[in-house]
Amino acid sequence: MSWDWQVFCEDTLERQVVQGCFGKGGDITYLDWMLSAWGWTVSVALLALVLALVLGSFIGTVRTLQGRPVVVWLGNAWVELFRNIPLLVQIFLWYHVVPTMFPAMQAVPGFVLVVFALGFFTSARIAEQVRSGIQALPRGQRYAGLAMGFTTFQTYRYVLLPMAFRIIIPPLTSETMNIFKNSSVAFAVSVAELTMFAMQAQEETSRGIEVYLAVTACYIVSAFAINRIMAFIEKRARVPGLIVAGGSGGH
Amino acid sequence: MNLSLDFSFYNWDLISNFVLKGLYFSLMLTLVATMGGVIFGTVLALMRLSGKKWLDVPATIYVNGMRSIPLVMVILWFFLLVPAIIGRPIGAEVSAVITFIAFEAAYFSEIMRAGIQSVPRGQVYAGQALGMTYGQNMKLVVLPQAFRNMLPVLLTQTIILFQDTSLVYAIGAYDMLKGFEVAGKNFGRPIEAYLAAAALYFVMCYALSWMVKRLHQKIAIIR
Repeated sequence: MSWDWQVFCEDTLERQVVQGCFGKGGDITYLDWMLSAWGWTVSVALLALVLALVLGSFIGTVRTLQGRPVVVWLGNAWVELFRNIPLLVQIFLWYHVVPTMFPAMQAVPGFVLVVFALGFFTSARIAEQVRSGIQALPRGQRYAGLAMGFTTFQTYRYVLLPMAFRIIIPPLTSETMNIFKNSSVAFAVSVAELTMFAMQAQEETSRGIEVYLAVTACYIVSAFAINRIMAFIEKRARVPGLIVAGGSGGH
Repeated sequence: MNLSLDFSFYNWDLISNFVLKGLYFSLMLTLVATMGGVIFGTVLALMRLSGKKWLDVPATIYVNGMRSIPLVMVILWFFLLVPAIIGRPIGAEVSAVITFIAFEAAYFSEIMRAGIQSVPRGQVYAGQALGMTYGQNMKLVVLPQAFRNMLPVLLTQTIILFQDTSLVYAIGAYDMLKGFEVAGKNFGRPIEAYLAAAALYFVMCYALSWMVKRLHQKIAIIR
């Protein structure tokens, strides 16, 4: 078998090798296309992550409220709903069903709908982690907060959530890596991200192995980068003398 | 809200013609991939726990590699590579089965590894003190306990696996989602088809995860 990496320097229209590998004057090479696809993957994943973190933190928190059974039930229902339907089906629901049911959504581009789908899907999983993070704290923390005269909101804001979020940084890291991997499902509704590029470029060039290798490398580099960034955040957020995430050692 | 749903086209003929065929494939794929994944996952876990570098390193690379690539890419890879290696084309369904076994082995191996490590070291020493070989010790002492400890996680992973089977969409294999989609296209009712697919997935996965939760409680009481 012989390699042919030149394929990335080819123009996507005339299939001619371009000097310097980057297209000029409006033309694009496969390398240009792949980098833009990588950009789409990162954009979808990061926007969905922001949505998922906001929604997931809120829902995970309200699921631990005491004396509010209705709110807790709604939070649990949210998590079960978005956790038990495959992501691909949810993307189809957002892309095909929602615009039909709500005509106002017809003007929304597919990219945004995919961000919603991925964000809502992941919010359920983050909500579950936030809930378990809060419940992992000793019950005395909540009582101490209330005994200090804090309102429920203040207890969460100053006592429970700062500790809970530190505890769940490791599972949040893997959820962030998951969101990058899951963004690949957007291929099904023609968002021009990496997997879509892989499928189309493979078909056009028949250099499947080279194309897939490059795309796989992009995914691995992304995963590694997230891993490092989250490790940095974990280190910066660490409270000296306090070992949270079930650490070995301790007293 | 603009809604005029019509589910009346769902009759038994349509369900048995389109949906059941796909459902059968999805379930078969889940079952085969779970069994294959557990077997190969156990091998990978034992390799990683063997303490021998030439076994540990390849297994670690395989597991971490698989876990950092999206499943859709793995499905595409196998669909491209397997025919190239064996020299003749294979169907999307066969390719999906091979892919899912290989992919799930990586995930199950992590579960197995945690399960094996959850068995106290004293159990291993006790087995050795009784004069058991490595194989006997694993088969009679460690793995039975490890399996019981990780059964809930294992079953949860199987539910995730069942959901992930929908991703064979990428290579056009005929699974449950595809069955609904084809039915929806044939009858000009795609919206109802997607909604029905979502409902069926939800009911099945919710029921399964409820059962896993019950099982978890039962095991917790025994311990």
